Amino acid sequence: MFAEFGYGVLVVTFVLALYSVGASIYGYFNKSAALIESARRSMLLTFPLLTLAAGVLIALLVRGDFQVQFVYEVTSKSMPTYLKVTAWWGGQSGSLLFWSWLMSAFASAVMLRKWNRDQEFLPWVIVVTGVTVAFFLLLNILFENPFARLFQTIDGNIAAYTFAPANSTPLVPADGRGLNPLLRHPGMVIHPPMLYLGFVSFIIPFAFAIAALVTGRTDDRWIRVTRRWTLWAWLFLSFGLVLGGRWAYDVLGWGGYWGWDPVEIAAFMPWLTGTAFLHSVMIQEKRGMLKQWNMVLIILTYALVIFGTFLTRSGVLSSVHAFAQSAIGPSFFVFIGVTFVVSIGLLIYRWADLRAEAEMKSMLSREALFLLNNLLFMSVLVVCFWGVIFPLISELFTGQKVTVGPPFYERANSPLFAGLMLLMAIAPLSAWGHSTVKTLGRAIWKPAIAALVITAITFFTYTRNWIALIGFFLVALTVLVTLYEFWRGARARQHLQDENFFTALARLTGRNRRRYGGYVIHISMMLMAIGILGIELFQSQTQGTLQVNESLELQGYKLVYKDIASWDDGNANVNHTRAVMEVYKNDQWLAELHPRTDYYFDSQQNMTLPGVRSTLGDDVYIILVDWEPASAIGATFKIYVNPLVNWLWIGSLAFLFGVIIAAWPDKDPEREMVRAGQRSRQNSAAD
Amino acid sequence: MKTQLHFTFFVLLIVLAGVLVAPVLAQGQPPTDDDVNAVARQLYCPVCENTPLDVCPTQACAQWRDLIRSMLAEGKNEAEIKQYFVDNYGARVLNEPPREGLNWLVYIVPPLVILVGAVILVRTLRTWKKPQVVPQVESPRAEAPVDDYVARLEEEVRKKN
Repeated sequence: MFAEFGYGVLVVTFVLALYSVGASIYGYFNKSAALIESARRSMLLTFPLLTLAAGVLIALLVRGDFQVQFVYEVTSKSMPTYLKVTAWWGGQSGSLLFWSWLMSAFASAVMLRKWNRDQEFLPWVIVVTGVTVAFFLLLNILFENPFARLFQTIDGNIAAYTFAPANSTPLVPADGRGLNPLLRHPGMVIHPPMLYLGFVSFIIPFAFAIAALVTGRTDDRWIRVTRRWTLWAWLFLSFGLVLGGRWAYDVLGWGGYWGWDPVEIAAFMPWLTGTAFLHSVMIQEKRGMLKQWNMVLIILTYALVIFGTFLTRSGVLSSVHAFAQSAIGPSFFVFIGVTFVVSIGLLIYRWADLRAEAEMKSMLSREALFLLNNLLFMSVLVVCFWGVIFPLISELFTGQKVTVGPPFYERANSPLFAGLMLLMAIAPLSAWGHSTVKTLGRAIWKPAIAALVITAITFFTYTRNWIALIGFFLVALTVLVTLYEFWRGARARQHLQDENFFTALARLTGRNRRRYGGYVIHISMMLMAIGILGIELFQSQTQGTLQVNESLELQGYKLVYKDIASWDDGNANVNHTRAVMEVYKNDQWLAELHPRTDYYFDSQQNMTLPGVRSTLGDDVYIILVDWEPASAIGATFKIYVNPLVNWLWIGSLAFLFGVIIAAWPDKDPEREMVRAGQRSRQNSAAD
Repeated sequence: MKTQLHFTFFVLLIVLAGVLVAPVLAQGQPPTDDDVNAVARQLYCPVCENTPLDVCPTQACAQWRDLIRSMLAEGKNEAEIKQYFVDNYGARVLNEPPREGLNWLVYIVPPLVILVGAVILVRTLRTWKKPQVVPQVESPRAEAPVDDYVARLEEEVRKKN
């Protein structure tokens, strides 16, 4: 009964979302403000309703109602409560509901904003968000019902049904299968919500863009309204990606954080267009150019968000045939196709209205460099998209399955990333409108010499690998140029305003948060680049089977196997095997590490937890190889030394800081004006 | 005669032993885990999705790694082992599509598309720049430095006035 109630709520919400779409369109064309207001309120109501549906699902999960198929598949009695809750997004149907719930949260939040200046956008924002919410709910309702229950029919078949079939008996398994152990990690608890947040929040700028196209209000108002939404969307998506990397590093046991897996690339592609969009909207705001291109970028980003969800949720990646068999695959395909064609159609319809208001004056102006940045981001996108799609094409046309793995992506993308790094170094020095080789040269020569000196020092002390040296030079150049920009700005302020240097620096950043937040983000990207260069170019590994007190050596480290223990944790229904390894360098004791494997009885799966000693210089990363028997007589260890990888995580924290600076809300200009007016009135009254 | 027979037998034994022992000696040590992983890293698990063979935890993959080990012990090189896997499990075990037939598309399409993008970008920039360039050429100030004589002449005319 309870599960059926949850399903009923989903159906009601679906109908409500459809109503708000219909009422909006009708209200727009018949100029009925009341209908549009009714549509807005219906849209607002989807969030509490979906929260109710989600609450029902969570109650079923926590209560352990194993007759519900989803509960049976992702939980077991021994799981702690918090994991039972997060199991919500641990399986197909639940994660689709999670998607809809977040989407409706954003849709409702945007409904609550002040619309007085943007009344004409409102109906179309409702239409776009409403259609998207309705589509995802439809998937839940028709194909992936998280509330379906297990029944045994009279002929002995066991299957999940939304409503009890005739002549059947409910089937209640004694225990569930339990969540995949890989998903029982804190990283996995936060990573999917972050990624989904990033995905769904990109729909808001898309909705405004479509509203601008439909209504013909094609100035940059839609960009100004959605600027912060876009930044937060971008933050969530970026953080989702980083957390996914951290999770892979911590539990997947292959010593890395990114494997150019199609699932990863699916989330990376909207990030690429989103990042290009964040840059190119600035050209529209400052110079009134690239209006058409910005529309293309936001439409692409939305399409890639849906496409990414489709790739990971339809089974198309494992085989073209799995896609055809999966219930939701074809619906997704149609949805992506229709939304894309409609969006592009609208764009073509408004093409002439979106013409540029200004001309490009110099190939070295900031807008020209931003365009180059867009070209590079789009190039990375082309490589990624083609790499993901090609195996499907190959299977479809020749029947031959192929793998497009890391060597392909690394070879194609490395020069593109290097180009982006170079742009990050040059672009901040170029001016809007006009720059010449001379003005740029004058600004860059000091940081360039300093970067060359740093590269030379690296050459003599650290590495002679020329790819690494180019990489480190670009990192040094970008960081120095950016710091130089901070320094120049602060110095100028210091002289003009008579402030001390740090006050000047803080006020400078506060005055132009978008620019200086962006610079902090650039620096953070460079810190991440150090980590990526380190692990990609200098990772080393070895594997061996040791007896107690035997050792393995790698990169000057000596790792001695001291002990092993294995015990059952009855409460959690898991067996732990934990080895003790001592790490030495130059015969000096550094640390004791505990690589571990956990075997989960309910799901019959292993989880490998590395022992890691992490410093700014490198990580020593030990895995107890779980497919070999492990005992005091012999245990197999795989050891990685991952140089500089910590900078990747440090960089991502700096990134968070940078986005917060850039996205921090400004004082509302209207309210400020009112306040200023009041103040002047008070002053005149006092006079 | 008897000693000759003994001698022949002895020589035969040594030759035989030599034949049998030679390959083992030629390879020296049996293959280490690192040797096995060096090959396995370049192959993909034939059953799991997108998992390199050196880290795949399934039983099947453990057996495939043992297979690589015994093939290395037999003296097979990396290329031969990879070929063996391709012959038995298809091209999907390689970390990149082999460069043949339709697979060439994977290598050719991205550079082509990027090139087209670059050409479009450059052409767009040019068309944007044009209106700016034309008045510059027409303006008399732009011409002034070209002909010093005319400038001086103008200057003199002005002075006379």
